[in-house]
Amino acid sequence: MSWRVDWQASVGLLGTGLKYLAVTMFVPLFVAVVYMEDIWVFALSIVFVTALGFALERVDPDPDVGAREALVFVSLAWFTAALVGTIPYLLAGFGTSSTLVDPVNALFESMSGFTTTGATVMGQISLEQHSHALLIWRQLTQWLGGMGIIVLMIAILPEVAVNGAQLMASEAPGPELQKLTPKIAETARVLWLIYFGFTIAYIVVMYGLHLAGFAPNMNLYNAVAHGFTTLPTGGFSPQAESIAYFSAAVQWAAIPFLVVAGVNFALFWHVLKGEFDVMLENAEFRAYTGAIAVTTAVLSLLLVRGAAPPLDIGGVTGGVTENTFRQAAFQIASLLNSTGYATSDFAQWDTHAQVFLLFVMFIGGSAGSTGGGVKVVRWLVVFKTIRRELYTTAHPDVVKPVRLSGSVVDEDAVRGIAAFTLLYILLFGFSAVFISLDTARIGIELSTLEAVSASLATIGNIGPGFGRLGPFGNYLFFSDASKLLMVFLMWVGRLEIVPVLAVFISALDGD
Amino acid sequence: MRVVIVGAGEVGSSVAASLADDHEVVVIDIDSDRVDALTYSLDVLPIEGDGASLETLQEAGVEDADMVIACTDNDETNIVTCGTVQTISDAFTLARVRNTTYLDTWERSEGALGVDLMVGTNLMAARSIARVIGLPGAEDVDRFANGLVRMAEFRITEDSPVTGMSVAEADTYDSLTFAAIIREDDVIIPSGDTCLLDGDDLVVIGSLESVSEFARSLTPGVDDISDVLIVGGSEIAFETADILCDEGIMPRLVEPDADRARRLAEALPDATVFENDPTDQEFLKREHIGEVDVAIAALESDEKNLLSALLAKRLGADRSIAVVEDGDYSDLFEAVGVDVAINPREAIAEEITRFTRERHAENVALIEHDRAEVLEVEVDEESVLFGRPIRESVKELPDGVVIGAISRAGSLVIPRGDTVIESGDHVVVFAAQEIVEETMKAI
Repeated sequence: MSWRVDWQASVGLLGTGLKYLAVTMFVPLFVAVVYMEDIWVFALSIVFVTALGFALERVDPDPDVGAREALVFVSLAWFTAALVGTIPYLLAGFGTSSTLVDPVNALFESMSGFTTTGATVMGQISLEQHSHALLIWRQLTQWLGGMGIIVLMIAILPEVAVNGAQLMASEAPGPELQKLTPKIAETARVLWLIYFGFTIAYIVVMYGLHLAGFAPNMNLYNAVAHGFTTLPTGGFSPQAESIAYFSAAVQWAAIPFLVVAGVNFALFWHVLKGEFDVMLENAEFRAYTGAIAVTTAVLSLLLVRGAAPPLDIGGVTGGVTENTFRQAAFQIASLLNSTGYATSDFAQWDTHAQVFLLFVMFIGGSAGSTGGGVKVVRWLVVFKTIRRELYTTAHPDVVKPVRLSGSVVDEDAVRGIAAFTLLYILLFGFSAVFISLDTARIGIELSTLEAVSASLATIGNIGPGFGRLGPFGNYLFFSDASKLLMVFLMWVGRLEIVPVLAVFISALDGD
Repeated sequence: MRVVIVGAGEVGSSVAASLADDHEVVVIDIDSDRVDALTYSLDVLPIEGDGASLETLQEAGVEDADMVIACTDNDETNIVTCGTVQTISDAFTLARVRNTTYLDTWERSEGALGVDLMVGTNLMAARSIARVIGLPGAEDVDRFANGLVRMAEFRITEDSPVTGMSVAEADTYDSLTFAAIIREDDVIIPSGDTCLLDGDDLVVIGSLESVSEFARSLTPGVDDISDVLIVGGSEIAFETADILCDEGIMPRLVEPDADRARRLAEALPDATVFENDPTDQEFLKREHIGEVDVAIAALESDEKNLLSALLAKRLGADRSIAVVEDGDYSDLFEAVGVDVAINPREAIAEEITRFTRERHAENVALIEHDRAEVLEVEVDEESVLFGRPIRESVKELPDGVVIGAISRAGSLVIPRGDTVIESGDHVVVFAAQEIVEETMKAI
């Protein structure tokens, strides 16, 4: 197999992308000005990234991006974004006790941000230790990564839009690309606008609650910061206690936004056009909302029976109380679609409830949402394929296409989905073993739940795991080797494995 | 009426034959042998040439024609012919097509493509099959008055419960008329004491419920059809499966070609599609084909259809239906054990003839290859039937006419001697072939 990739074209396009990434850094710069903090961190970052962008652009000023270049470009773009994202962490941490001054930690945090994972290696998350600007940058990386940095590029850059479909297919979550309008740039713009709209709505609702007196801690800074990480299913919070820091009203109000974040955004476009049945008849939407309803009911039952005894954060005394249902609904809405916020320290729940949450984490969001994981649509196809296999064992001559929402799923797509799911599970399994062995090497014994969740929470872009990796813990104690593996898992998980592995194959082939 | 028929194949010739007696018929065909054959067999004007060319159409006098019927075996030729005709003439254009895609387009906006009426061969054949299935034991079924009235033809066999009974004894249904008995080659209009004999074909007209009730009483044991096997994946097979799925019967379908089977499976979510050789006995036994209520053979060739239908019957299928493309084989198929042979061309010829009959004949069913007809007619004030009890008005109609049913303002009226027919009523009339034209004029 020969892989002739025009590396220059990919790198040239990357340069263009970086220039625009530099523009986004004006947001934290603005925050720094408002809070009268050190502006040099972001001013320097902007200069550096812009310069790098112009330099790379000169490699190929007129890039012609084909199918393979698109794969290479998308993978490189995400990795480069994560690399460039470390610059503010390193500059701000220089000379302080911040854990992010270590390059591996900074890369981990940055990759966790752009891939909307939400796993952290910050020793201490507080506005005392870190500036408002730096923490808003951390939130912003998730917002940029949520709908996809490539999709954003397609939406605003005409030169990228030419080969947009190819690029978008490599980045958009889910097995296939849905074009909503004849022009791909238009589709990208529509998706970003919906995303933007929901983000604004979230900020308005949250700040409104604050003004109405229901949410004393939800000031404008917090409203914007969490607006940046809710819709992208990110999970970062500038508060050490995540959403538990806020009132019950905030927690309830956040749940619908969390659910929305895991829905295929293309469906909202149909809703905007007045086509409500497209959403209601969508098999994946029904399965996703159904899964949330059922798992919330099961978790409520577990909590009612006392699976989360009085804890420091979000303990449930058992019995039927508002708190019980809120904790169940919030944790499901946050973990099922890979967001990773928490209102309860579920790492200290009884084991059976933790195992149930681990199962929930496997589900993932919908295709075309910002959620991570295997994705609901793939599970649907996998289950339907298995059912067909069982049926054809009894009736070997039967021809039975797999159907979703009434339309036939192409056999190639069915094979692709089966291969993806298997690859995902293999990668998850091997990584869990590696992390477990590597951590034992440095003298720390992980529990089974910790090892398994470390692997799943990173490849699935979820964030928190169990034990030391719980929602109020961190990933700091891992060795550099394990952290780098997790960086790789987050990267691969966000791009849904294929583009990244394709780049590695091409590199191994030596072209 | 001047009628131009393009295409002198089986359909074209059959239509020409039914129209030749009462109308001026011009037949165009590209094949000189066929044209020669027509010259001597029918009283029509045959023209040799391409029906889609303006020149030939002008030669046939299309400008003055009232109707042009395009019924070659090629869909595109038929559609182009109609379109061409419309550029120079006001004639009513009728096109016969196989491809259902064209039919869908046409049905979406009638009159599209320059075609005033489009009739689909495959769809017509599929409907015939479905109607035969819907009524157990019926050999030929037709609907009138928007489905309110049904006509069905039943074969009376040795073990039928009504064999040997008189009509008065057998007809215990309120809304059912025994219209005719076809015995050997004769059409008998039954009276109360006519006896039903083994081998008779009985034509009944009545409401939907009474016809199905009567049908069930004839074939006890065949109650609700639920298990249908379709052998072959031809377009007719697909259309039939589609209709059955709509009616809530989930058929099983066998198609040997992998790609075709896949396409059928994709298009028919409710059917079970198998990819296998339909004559593979091992496979047929494995899937318990012997237990099916009806087996339909709709492969690409008549020979294979015969074989499959007989095979299914032998394995234990209750009834078998075979599609037969060559009209000459219909009787042969039924003679060797196939229960019903459906000829797509006969179905289409019936449809075309229906349309070209005198303007107010709204529906027609050809009974037993043209021996008698069932017509639906709207009665106006000039009709002999108007304003009088039927007992009196029938005296002015030729012998061999039966008034089978009346639909009045959307409901069914069963005609008795003292029923008075009003203006606007639709009457379903059974008439022997020789007196059809005479009857039509009187009514």
